[in-house]
Amino acid sequence: MSAIRSHRHPLARRTLAAIAWLLAATGTPIATCARAADDVPNIAAAADLKFALEQVIARFRQDTSSDVRLAFGSSGNFVQQIAQGAPFQMFLSADESFVFSLSDQGRTVDRGTLYAVGRIVLFAARGSSLQVDPDLNGLRAALAAGAIRHFAIANPEHAPYGRAAEQALRRLNLWETIRPRLVLGENVSQAAQFAATGSAEGGIIAYSLALAPELVKLGRFALIPGDWHAPLRQRMVLIRGAGETARAFYRYVQSPAARDILRRNGFVHPDES
Amino acid sequence: MDWTALVLSLELGAGTILVLLPIGILCGRALAWNRFHGKGFLEALLALPLVLPPTVLGYYLLIAFGGAAPIGRAFHDLFGGTLVFSFAGLLIASIIANLPFAIQPMQRGFEAIAPEVREAAACSGMSPLRVLWRVELPLAWPGIVSGLVLSFAHTLGEFGVVLMVGGSIPGETRTIAIAIYDRVQAFDNYAAGTMSAFLLALCLIALGITYMLSGRIGRRHG
Repeated sequence: MSAIRSHRHPLARRTLAAIAWLLAATGTPIATCARAADDVPNIAAAADLKFALEQVIARFRQDTSSDVRLAFGSSGNFVQQIAQGAPFQMFLSADESFVFSLSDQGRTVDRGTLYAVGRIVLFAARGSSLQVDPDLNGLRAALAAGAIRHFAIANPEHAPYGRAAEQALRRLNLWETIRPRLVLGENVSQAAQFAATGSAEGGIIAYSLALAPELVKLGRFALIPGDWHAPLRQRMVLIRGAGETARAFYRYVQSPAARDILRRNGFVHPDES
Repeated sequence: MDWTALVLSLELGAGTILVLLPIGILCGRALAWNRFHGKGFLEALLALPLVLPPTVLGYYLLIAFGGAAPIGRAFHDLFGGTLVFSFAGLLIASIIANLPFAIQPMQRGFEAIAPEVREAAACSGMSPLRVLWRVELPLAWPGIVSGLVLSFAHTLGEFGVVLMVGGSIPGETRTIAIAIYDRVQAFDNYAAGTMSAFLLALCLIALGITYMLSGRIGRRHG
């Protein structure tokens, strides 16, 4: 009732007329936009790719004048969402098992391609007393001295980088000592955030994140030997029904230009590891 | 079923309502019966957590509680711990987030007391504390209880803030809501499903009690 009455109100009528005019005047561009949006596929990417992949996409836009839309998050989360039919056309996982699980559920075009191998680093914020070295001697000493109140890693229950951190710490027999001090990031980005802001005295995070300009200025890091943990084999895959742009981007990530960017951002190419 | 997480959530809920009970009574009572300059603004301020995304509160707490911030440092100097990644930090966050859930129903409860009743109590020579205890609280109790129940249930459901400032430490900051999230991420849908069903039932009961009691407030003066 009230809606019908309001149509008779002069102000409401004028507003409606204005909206109608606007719609008519901009009708063509709106339709074009809608079509263009269809050509911009949604792509799900692991949190450790945050900085590297944005550079890859910037190059992709320049080189091909196509575009993709990125969502960053935890790989496990994306697997759940894609399995439920989330509208992603491509998935770059931090761990290949996630890709295989989607593939087993018949959600993907094929078994995907390895595009990078991740590495982990020990990271300490600027104000932290923790000494960072590749052998984690500084961490061992700080733990013995009781100087570590909080140590950030990604949650090893589901985050690949958390699992790698756990394996490295176990290898050095530091796991049981450090366990009561652990704070778990929901993904490796959050672990990095905890370590970089000094909320935790240190953390084990992705090399790719430690190299990001935003983090470089916040702290120091040391690269942990790659054979101290199972390799972080990162696999990407096209989701069933992926369009031409997503396929082009899939190929682009394997191009020398993209490899170069990934290498500069702390990822090893699978052939070189 | 992650019992440690459930117990932690229940403790957090209990701690929250223990602190909010006196705050809610004092604020609710003051807001119900007094008119003062800036009352609207104060009420808006107290209602803010209802509409703000939990991430906004989480962000400010992360900034304020961190090792580099004055509040975080002061807490560390006083108690030797940190506010981020600690139960104390979650408790403070939960108290702030639940202010409107406690105060608003209690305010409605006190508003429902007829002015004649209060006047009569004041004339009979009872001390203000005695009036509060013998007259006001017995009349306002449905509002007070629904404020507490709502705050408790809302604490069990708090997720965004805890995710941002918690760090998922078992027995310290891994609440039931976070445990469910972690289990889903680990593809353990069975555990996630059990805990979700349990939480669903608990919250339904809590809200059932609240609506029953608020019906009572309405009936008495309807």
